[in-house]
Amino acid sequence: MNKDIQKQLIEDLIVESMEGLERFDRELLALEKHEGGAETTNTIFRVIHTIKGTAGCLGLGRIEKTAHAGENLLSLVRDGNVFVNGALISGLLALSDTLRGMLRTLEQSGAEQDSDQAELLARLEALQNQESTPPPPVKPAFGLFDDDPLPEVEPVTAAAPAEASAPVSPPVPEPAPVPLPQAAAAPTVRSVLAATPVPAPAANTRPAAPGPIAPESETKTSVADTAIRVDVAQLDKLMNLVGELVLARNQIVSNTQQFDPAALLTAAQRLNIITTELQEKVMKTRMQPIGNVWARFPRIVRDVSNDLGKRVRLIMEGQSTELDRTIIEAIKDPLTHIIRNSIDHGIESPERRHAAGKPGEGLLSLRAYHEGGQVNIEIMDDGAGINIDRIKAKAVEKNLITQDGAGLLTEREALNLIFLPGFSTAEKITNVSGRGVGMDVVRTNIEKIGGSVDLHTEVDQGTTIKIRIPLTLAIIPALIVTSGGDRYAIPQVSLLELVRLEGAQARRGIEQLCGTPVHRLRGQLLPLAFLNCEFGVGDAPDMSSASDDLVVNIVVLQADGRQFGLVVDEINDTEEIVVKPLGKQLKGIACFAGATIMGDGKVALILDVLGLAQHANVVVETRDRAPLNETERSNSTARDARQTLLLFSVGDDRRMAIPLSMAARLEEFPRSRIERSGGLNVVQYRGQILPLVDVAQHLEPGMSPSEADPVQVVVCTEQGRSAGLVVRSINDIVEETLSVQRQGGSRGVLGSAVIQNRVTDLLDVRSMMRSVDPTFEESAA
Amino acid sequence: MSTTRQFCTFSLDGLFFGVDVLNVQEVILYQEMTRVPLASAVVRGLINLRGQIVTAIDLRRRLGLKDRGSEVLPMNVVVRTGDGAVSLLVDEIGDVLGMSDECYEAPPETLTGTARQMVTGVYKLKDKLMLVLDTERAVDLQNPVQHRASAKIP
Repeated sequence: MNKDIQKQLIEDLIVESMEGLERFDRELLALEKHEGGAETTNTIFRVIHTIKGTAGCLGLGRIEKTAHAGENLLSLVRDGNVFVNGALISGLLALSDTLRGMLRTLEQSGAEQDSDQAELLARLEALQNQESTPPPPVKPAFGLFDDDPLPEVEPVTAAAPAEASAPVSPPVPEPAPVPLPQAAAAPTVRSVLAATPVPAPAANTRPAAPGPIAPESETKTSVADTAIRVDVAQLDKLMNLVGELVLARNQIVSNTQQFDPAALLTAAQRLNIITTELQEKVMKTRMQPIGNVWARFPRIVRDVSNDLGKRVRLIMEGQSTELDRTIIEAIKDPLTHIIRNSIDHGIESPERRHAAGKPGEGLLSLRAYHEGGQVNIEIMDDGAGINIDRIKAKAVEKNLITQDGAGLLTEREALNLIFLPGFSTAEKITNVSGRGVGMDVVRTNIEKIGGSVDLHTEVDQGTTIKIRIPLTLAIIPALIVTSGGDRYAIPQVSLLELVRLEGAQARRGIEQLCGTPVHRLRGQLLPLAFLNCEFGVGDAPDMSSASDDLVVNIVVLQADGRQFGLVVDEINDTEEIVVKPLGKQLKGIACFAGATIMGDGKVALILDVLGLAQHANVVVETRDRAPLNETERSNSTARDARQTLLLFSVGDDRRMAIPLSMAARLEEFPRSRIERSGGLNVVQYRGQILPLVDVAQHLEPGMSPSEADPVQVVVCTEQGRSAGLVVRSINDIVEETLSVQRQGGSRGVLGSAVIQNRVTDLLDVRSMMRSVDPTFEESAA
Repeated sequence: MSTTRQFCTFSLDGLFFGVDVLNVQEVILYQEMTRVPLASAVVRGLINLRGQIVTAIDLRRRLGLKDRGSEVLPMNVVVRTGDGAVSLLVDEIGDVLGMSDECYEAPPETLTGTARQMVTGVYKLKDKLMLVLDTERAVDLQNPVQHRASAKIP
């Protein structure tokens, strides 16, 4: 046969089978929990059957034989002759591991390698006879960062030749014909897009894991990792857009010969629209649901918890949250590691859990959601939490800090110690974790893609790890500022808030602390850096000047979990920028992350917030913005109820809050812009009509409407519809553990809570939206 | 039979330089630049070359010559290097000249300083000398040039 065709077919087989095996694992775990009916069994059977068939066609005898043995067993399961139990599932998982190992070998060497599957085949056969023996002690062993627990593929030399060549195919009749698997294929086309080669983050950090050493497979990206599935309809749309792009180009090119400004303008506008749409669509093709990565976690959780004798229930939420492919790849290993860590260090053994009055089954929950142009991933366990004193003691023992230093550390700083290289609190080194090469790698990998890791723990309650990552790497939202006449872009990721001080306020607002400028931001000291001085491109604003037009713009930034204020001359706007790398000559400057080209064609530098903070020496410990007082802390049993809230006041100093995720933007409108339409106050906003609701009036219909000018508006967007909430003033943004004390009660209020020591009502945004738009679906709430 | 090499020539503070045309991507007029704070003084800024961001290196400063007056706008000689395109800022652009090996000579031992590191040879023209500039070395700011002042260049 033609070599190329053969090679292509084998690659297809690998991609298809790898996907199939993932499904196989997933369905098996469902089967173990007795979820799903006959269809589950059929799916499992079909996967193995397809692999067997395809491998047979390509003359891959060993894979065929192994799959065949599995198929025999599965046909008995399907017909109800063999019962599902732990041993059966373990055996079948071992089968999928072995097949995966064989496929990987096949991919690397291009041919099947001699390896011994006799043990597995014997095990599968034994399962057919349903001997009531416990499962053989073949447990997948782990390296810390191994992507998959590797099967026990023994080296050829270790196999007894007699055994290897012994005929092992069990005497079982051929299975009944099954529905053609191809027919079930989804209407998608596999387009092997030349995905950007992902610098496998694990490659350089992979510790030398003992146990079955992974074949050096990661040096070459597997075909299964470089191929993605794209909807045909999606491709059609792309093609249409490219067609339009060509037309627009033709128009512009022909226009250069006979210059017609009007036609050029139209063409330029068309080009603008097409490009934006094309950018969106291409991005969308690269977007993948995070569930693709998570699909492997049930299996990992099962294996690790079995290994450690723990019982863990995994809850996943937000699987459909989409992320760029490169980022999905980059977070795969860190996430896997965190999950293993949570089970190993976090969740206690059933006995200890019972003793602590918790259910024997530990809870591990994964949650992904969008917030502010970023994706948040939360990994939560209800385990033992992290003992801060133990961390300090361990760090001293390992000489990472001194005894004196340990005493000075705040809680947060101490928690951050676990991100230091070489740190581990595990008393015994298990094969799951405890070698101290973990969390630092996790953090490095996450930060490499512009994300951040945050840890929150409570002893005996559990630990939450929050990862914030950008949606994509190539195009990022950024704030454009001007300093010393030059523009700089600050990635939105590090941006917390903007503070503007004017006149006398500016003179009082910046205080000197032994020569270090600080600003009191809601009572907390915020160290300041003047961009002009740091870059030597201009003068710091003259604080002593008596003029009233003195303006200080502070950009509050967060780097490495710490905050500082950057004083710039001017704050321009937020913009989506395309990140371009800097030349070698400028690589040494830590303050810049790259450069971008602005709309006018000029180059602007992108600030590296962490590098800048280090350059300016301004990183200090973050304090919790709104520290919980002790009574609240004890009340907050629901650990996971921490929410980011937007605080505002309405009417006569009534304090209210809504979840920040509901607020799309904060706007200020002059009263003159308000118009009337259909009995509502509306404004024209971003090309749409935005209905306004006066919150005070909505809550207490007798209230006279606020007369303030300009009007403060919180723009809320739900289900693609927007409404503007008119409030008296915007107060603050806090992250709080909500303990709603008084449910319901008055109209339009979900309940009340104490936030920042003040009683604050939680506004029912949805009911408010319904009042302006009766078609708004309540069921979605 | 002597071979000839072609050089893209330019002048800098009265000196006449040439770089191998094969290393030159293009020559463009003065472009507005974005300065890079904290960078070496040799880096004058960044230019937008059709969507690609290119570092502009002031050759006068690189060679330790005195700065050109502010009334003269430099030209960009964009060269291809191992690290992508880099623009060299020069005073004036000359012709592309073919040089035969006969008029080539290694730089005299007495030539020292920063220039010695980047000038790999001299072509003797009728009325002047053309210095051959090594572009790779000219754009490599990592190597502290002064420390290698005594090293011999073949």
